[in-house]
Amino acid sequence: MEGIGVLTVVTFTPLIGALFILFVVRGSDEEVARNSRWAALWVSLFTFFESLYLWVGFDPATPDFQFEELVNWIPEYNISYHMGVDGISVFFVLLSTFLTPICILASWDSIKTRVREYMISFLVLETFMVGMFCALDFVVFYIFFEAVLIPMFLIIGIWGGPRRVYAAFKFFLYTLLGSVLMLLAIIALYLDARTTNIVTLLNIHVDPQLQLWLWLAFFASFSVKVPMWPVHTWLPDAHVEAPTAGSVILAGVLLKMGGYGFLRFSIGMLPLGSEHFAPLVFALSVIAVIYTSLVALAQQDMKKLIAYSSIAHMGFVTVGIFIMNQQAVAGAIIQMLSHGVVSAALFLCVGVIYDRMHTREIDAYGGLVNRMPKYAAVFLLFTLASVGLPGTSGFVGEILVMVGTFQVNTWVCALIATGMILGAAYMLYLYRRVVFGELTKDSLKSIRDMNWREVAVFAPLVVVVLWMGIYPLSFLLPIEVSVAKLIADYNAALAAAGHAATVAVR
Amino acid sequence: MFMPAMPEIFLAVFVMALMMLGVFTTEKRAFKTVNTFTLAGLLATLVLVLIDRNDRTVALNGLFIADSYGTYMKVLVLIGSAVTLLMSERYVRRQNMARFEYPVIIAFATLGMMLMLSANDLIALYLGLELQSLSLYVAAAFQRDSVRSTEAGLKYFVLGALSSGMLLYGCSMIYGYAGTTEFPLLARVVSDGGQMPVGMVIGVVFLMTGFAFKVSAVPFHMWTPDVYEGAPTSVTAFFAVAPKIAAIGLFLRVMMGPFADMIADWRQVVVFISILSMVLGALAAINQTNIKRLMAYSSIGHVGYALVGLAAGGRAGATAVLVYMTIYLFMNVGTFACILSMRRNGTMVENISDLSGLGKSNPKMALALMIFMFSMAGIPPLAGFFGKLYVFMAAIEAKLFALAIIGVIASVVGAFYYLRIVKIMYFDEAAEPFDAPIGKGVAAVLVVTAVVTAVFFIGMSPVVEIADAAAASLMHK
Repeated sequence: MEGIGVLTVVTFTPLIGALFILFVVRGSDEEVARNSRWAALWVSLFTFFESLYLWVGFDPATPDFQFEELVNWIPEYNISYHMGVDGISVFFVLLSTFLTPICILASWDSIKTRVREYMISFLVLETFMVGMFCALDFVVFYIFFEAVLIPMFLIIGIWGGPRRVYAAFKFFLYTLLGSVLMLLAIIALYLDARTTNIVTLLNIHVDPQLQLWLWLAFFASFSVKVPMWPVHTWLPDAHVEAPTAGSVILAGVLLKMGGYGFLRFSIGMLPLGSEHFAPLVFALSVIAVIYTSLVALAQQDMKKLIAYSSIAHMGFVTVGIFIMNQQAVAGAIIQMLSHGVVSAALFLCVGVIYDRMHTREIDAYGGLVNRMPKYAAVFLLFTLASVGLPGTSGFVGEILVMVGTFQVNTWVCALIATGMILGAAYMLYLYRRVVFGELTKDSLKSIRDMNWREVAVFAPLVVVVLWMGIYPLSFLLPIEVSVAKLIADYNAALAAAGHAATVAVR
Repeated sequence: MFMPAMPEIFLAVFVMALMMLGVFTTEKRAFKTVNTFTLAGLLATLVLVLIDRNDRTVALNGLFIADSYGTYMKVLVLIGSAVTLLMSERYVRRQNMARFEYPVIIAFATLGMMLMLSANDLIALYLGLELQSLSLYVAAAFQRDSVRSTEAGLKYFVLGALSSGMLLYGCSMIYGYAGTTEFPLLARVVSDGGQMPVGMVIGVVFLMTGFAFKVSAVPFHMWTPDVYEGAPTSVTAFFAVAPKIAAIGLFLRVMMGPFADMIADWRQVVVFISILSMVLGALAAINQTNIKRLMAYSSIGHVGYALVGLAAGGRAGATAVLVYMTIYLFMNVGTFACILSMRRNGTMVENISDLSGLGKSNPKMALALMIFMFSMAGIPPLAGFFGKLYVFMAAIEAKLFALAIIGVIASVVGAFYYLRIVKIMYFDEAAEPFDAPIGKGVAAVLVVTAVVTAVFFIGMSPVVEIADAAAASLMHK
């Protein structure tokens, strides 16, 4: 389709909202803060409802890109503004628009300084995230992919904890270093095909030797973003120092950009490279799952523990993606969505008690169930979802990945299964130390349970987690066809290359 | 036969008339009058340049060429000169530099730049270059009661004279081996000659040494930080923009014009100085505390990226450099508009730490400066990213993979110090606010450049198209 459509509207509504807050909201500091909050909330809710149209209007029967938009941008270089979603990307768009209003609501009271700038940052961030998942032109994709760094850098750096400057720089420079190598790979692909159109690039055959180099360049970028061991060290720092909502977006959406990149670009465009390096990914993922789970066991800081658990969960995702069969890839996508919701909820859970006690030390808590029953119930649900209890979203993704992996490589499956056990250990251990036991600490004696606003923050998350766990088909169905096509193309490319190789040998 | 050189002739006559005007006006009003007239004159020249679009006309017995490449670069230079003149008016007045010679010198330097951009002969090249350089030496030392300023002027003069000497030596070598100083004839000698004699190559390398001094590429950059720091800030703003663009333009004109077919001989030199400039520009800037020094290293780094395009060669490389310099113009003018507004309790401050808390005390200026910093770091969707995108595209197309990889890694290192400025403005506690208001001229420049830098991607296509046409005219034999 030529011209502008619904995706552009969804992408840029938050940006327009941000400009509105920047230029229109005036008055005393108090008024500015209050109006910015409300404006940001309404804009993000409105964006969410717009994006629901994508789900409603989505045709699950076709693997093609839908809601496509194409506008010439730099014809000299054959670069256009090209948007569209398929089964792989549509839920990531929804995840971004779903989490943003929750973040804004969660920051209602905890952000007191420079509220206007904070809300603008979040709305701008939303535009970049949504645009990244919708982009069907490589340059447009890269612009959104890297532009995300700007608002995130500011969110960590301005509203973060005591070591925020260090964390913000580390986050920014680590990710940037990976991205610039990807930029070179994008340029090389462009020179190969003379187009940056992703749809075209998905259908061309890149020279096998070149594929290996390009794959490594993409890997540099996406593995930092996911993050995979050993380039994960920015993540715990960024999570610990970021404000609650920053952690939510970081864990909920930003990590998924890496997984999405692997699926769309590494697998889709460089099948031979992916096949060649899949063992490397498995090795790193297994190390990540086991090592970071053990590290998580030893943490004293709640946010750090959840950050390490994120790395372990994303290890499942990278295994699932590179196993390349229907169950594993669909499982990886579901796992990403589930983790997006669950880890976001867990960070919000930490945020609730952090707002009250201003500490994230696990030792500072204990026995919260006595004073905060509602909180204990919600926290329990998300702890179990993170562990992968059947009936919650965490189970669906993990079981699908395991089933898919078992068919291909039993050892990898067995090793990541230990990650599930360790996951149960550290999460339940955390929960016991924070919520159960006697309420002995004086500082906790007057702690209040969740207020209406916090309930409103958690309610949609609870619904989604249970929905995904009990009736996952509504999410699996739109994914299915696109994944099937991805796998078919992948196998076809491998077969063609194998054929070419045999011919060459003869 | 004079017509193609009309803008230059007009500016020359106009500036000489302005000197008379300055002498015959009362001392009090001289600066104001001459400054306004100079601005008007530069704008009129800009109009003349834009009107006079007959493609590729040679004039003045083959010394001078007018083509769309020259037009493109001259437009950039004239915009740079006019805008820096506009924003420095208040500064010049407050720093007791308000003598009418100031705008006249800037205008003479601009004239020199225009001449060198249109040079079609080594002699014409040297004339233009020297007219520019001599004016710049004087401009650097303009605050004659300040030790720092005179020191900067003297340093610049000594090193600049040395580089001019090398350049002249290179010219004479080339003349000795090629038997001509005219670019078209040189081009014929180079393309017919097959393997070039060593003396010719040495001549070209000396010529490049001279250019490397003028664009302040490593290892010929030593003067830059001292001159940038010592010169009055308004002059530094001027230095960072117009002369740099003109020198890069001249570098391109010569290397991609007469010596295009010798690219195998000179490419490695350009690759070498480009890598050194990018790396040193990124590393040396990290520890700077003075913002003018920091901008000096930043400009060294930017020259390194522009030279990546030159090393790539060909039309794609030239287009990339042109787009890069266009973006460079806006980012730098904007940044210097901020630096010119760094004034606290009536005195200028120029430490980076003086910016602390600007995000609170002056959110608008901080927002603009943040846009420039992220843009210089090459973060999309800001303009600076596209500059880098095009030069690296050209480099990979020319199979200069090592250069491209080192370049992007240097850009990550460089991002560190640009981020540091953002950090100081937004993450640190507020210092005393700067004096307000900053003046209408500076404010207007700030708004326009910030908007252009932020939304450059919207109107990029026409810029690329014009740059591409200009690059094509440069390649023309």
